[in-house]
Amino acid sequence: MGIINALTSVVNVFAKYDDLFLHALLMTVMLSLATVLISSVLGSLMALMKISGNPILRGIATAYVSFIRGTPLMVQIFMVFYGLPLLGINLPTFEFMGSDFSRFFSGLLALVINSVAYVCEIVRGGIQSIDEGQMEAARSLGFNKRQSMTFIIFPQALKNILPALGNEFVSVIKESSQVSIIGLAELMYITTTVRSISFRSFEPLLIVSILYFILTSVCSLLIKKMEKKLSVSNRSSN
Amino acid sequence: MEREFILEVKNLGKSFKDLEVLKSIDLNVKKGDVVAIIGPSGSGKSTMLRCLNRLEEPTKGEILFHGENILDKKVDINKIRMQIGMVFQQFNLFPHLTVRRNITIALTKLRNMPEAEANATADRLLEMVGLAEKADVYPASLSGGQKQRIAIARSLAMNPEIILFDEPTSALDPEMVGEVLQVMKDLAKAGMTMLVVTHEMGFAREVASKVIFLDGGYVLTEGAPEEVFEHAEHERVKAFLAKVM
Ligand SMILES: Nc1ncnc2c1ncn2[C@@H]1O[C@H](COP(=O)(O)OP(=O)(O)OP(=O)(O)O)[C@@H](O)[C@H]1O
Ligand SMILES: [Mg+2]
Repeated sequence: MGIINALTSVVNVFAKYDDLFLHALLMTVMLSLATVLISSVLGSLMALMKISGNPILRGIATAYVSFIRGTPLMVQIFMVFYGLPLLGINLPTFEFMGSDFSRFFSGLLALVINSVAYVCEIVRGGIQSIDEGQMEAARSLGFNKRQSMTFIIFPQALKNILPALGNEFVSVIKESSQVSIIGLAELMYITTTVRSISFRSFEPLLIVSILYFILTSVCSLLIKKMEKKLSVSNRSSN
Repeated sequence: MEREFILEVKNLGKSFKDLEVLKSIDLNVKKGDVVAIIGPSGSGKSTMLRCLNRLEEPTKGEILFHGENILDKKVDINKIRMQIGMVFQQFNLFPHLTVRRNITIALTKLRNMPEAEANATADRLLEMVGLAEKADVYPASLSGGQKQRIAIARSLAMNPEIILFDEPTSALDPEMVGEVLQVMKDLAKAGMTMLVVTHEMGFAREVASKVIFLDGGYVLTEGAPEEVFEHAEHERVKAFLAKVM
C-alpha cells in the first residue's frame, strides 16, 4: 500500500467519523480545562498549607502530595471510580456531552485529585522562589503575613506560576486520555470506539495523535507568548 | 510626662537552637539619638537590630518602646512596626511596583490614606532623597545607591519614630556610599532617631551620638564616639578598631 493510499484512508476515516472525534476533542479540552481551573484553586490552598507554620496542616499537605505523586494516575482513576459508590456516593447518570454524568464526574475528580498535588508544588515553588527579603521588608512596614502574601509575594510569584500552570494544562491534556478506561467519551475512548466500528486500527490512532499534538502545540505556543509577555514586565532583581 | 528614653532594651537574649548569639543586651535610646552599632562579623549586630522590630523573636528580656514591652503577647506588633522603620543591606525594594508605589503601598493599604495624598507624600520624600525624577520607573532600572535612597524614602513614608539600618551601605559600590550616607546625615540632623549597624567608622564618628560595640553576646563598650574610638580600654575593642580604622 503506497503512502498516498494510506493518507487517503486516514482522511476517509476522519471524514466519516469527524463529528465523533471533534465531539471527543471538545470533551478532552473541557475536562482538562476544568481540571486545571479547579486544581489551581485547591492546589494554591494546599501550597499555603504546605508553607504554613502549622505542623498538622503541613503534614497533611506533604503526605497528600507524596502519596499522589508516588502512585500511578491509572490506579487513582480506578480508586475514585470504584471508591465513590463504596462511600455511598452514587451520582445521577444523566447524559452529559455524550457520556454519562457520573463517569464524567469520576474522571474529573480523579484528574483533579491528581493535578492538585502537582499544582501545589508549582505554587509552593513559585512562592518560595521569591527572596525572603521581600517578606521581611513587607513585615517591617507593618503588613501582616496575609497582607504581605497578597500585595507583595503572590504578585511576584505569579510570574513563575502562570507558565508552569500552562505546562500542567498540557500534561493534563495528555494524561486525561487515561480516564478512557472508565468509559468517559473523551478522545482516547472515541478512538477505541472508532477502531472497532470502522475495522481500521491504525488510522484512528494516527488521527487522535494528530489531534492531541495540535492541542498541546497550540497550548505550548500560547504559554511561550505569555512567558515572553511576563518577562517583559518582569522587573526582577531589586 | 515624657519618658527619658524612647527605647529601652533590658537583658535581651536570642538563641538559634544551641547557638546563644545575644546573651544579655541592655541599651537605652533617647529621641533623636543616632546609635552606631559596631562589632566583629557574626557578633549578632543584625540579630539584635532585627529583634527590635521582632523580625527575630527574642528568647528573653524586654524591649520597651515608649514604656510598652513590645514582646508582650497583647501587643499588636504590626502597629509597632509602622512606627519603627527598617532599611536593609539588600534594599529589598518591591520589584513588581514602581518607585512611587513602593513608597505609597503601605500608606494606602495600612493607613487607608487616599491615593492622591499618598502620592503627594511619595513625591515629597523622593524630592528629599534627590530622586524626584524616578517616581515612575521600576526598581530594576536603578543603581544600588538610588535603590537604597528609595528604601529609606519608603520607610520614611510611614513617619516612623525610629529607623533601624542594617549595614545600609555594605552592598554598594564605593562611589555610591556617599549619597546614601548624605541622606542619613540629613535625617540625623532633622532629629530622626536612628540605630545603624555599620562598618563606616567615619560615619559613626561624625554622625553618631552614641557608639556601641557588640561582642560575645554583650555590649562590651558604649559611649560617645570619641570615647569609644579614642579611649577604648577593652582589648577586644582596641583590636577590632585597629583592624578597621
Ligand atoms: N536565622 C538564623 N539561624 C541560625 N543562626 C543564625 C541565624 N541568623 C544568624 N545566625 C547566627 O547568629 C550569629 C550572629 O549573626 P548576625 O547576622 O547577627 O551577625 P552580624 O554581627 O550581623 O554579622 P555581620 O557583620 O557579618 O553582618 C552568626 O553566628 C550567625 O551564623
Ligand atoms: Mg549583619
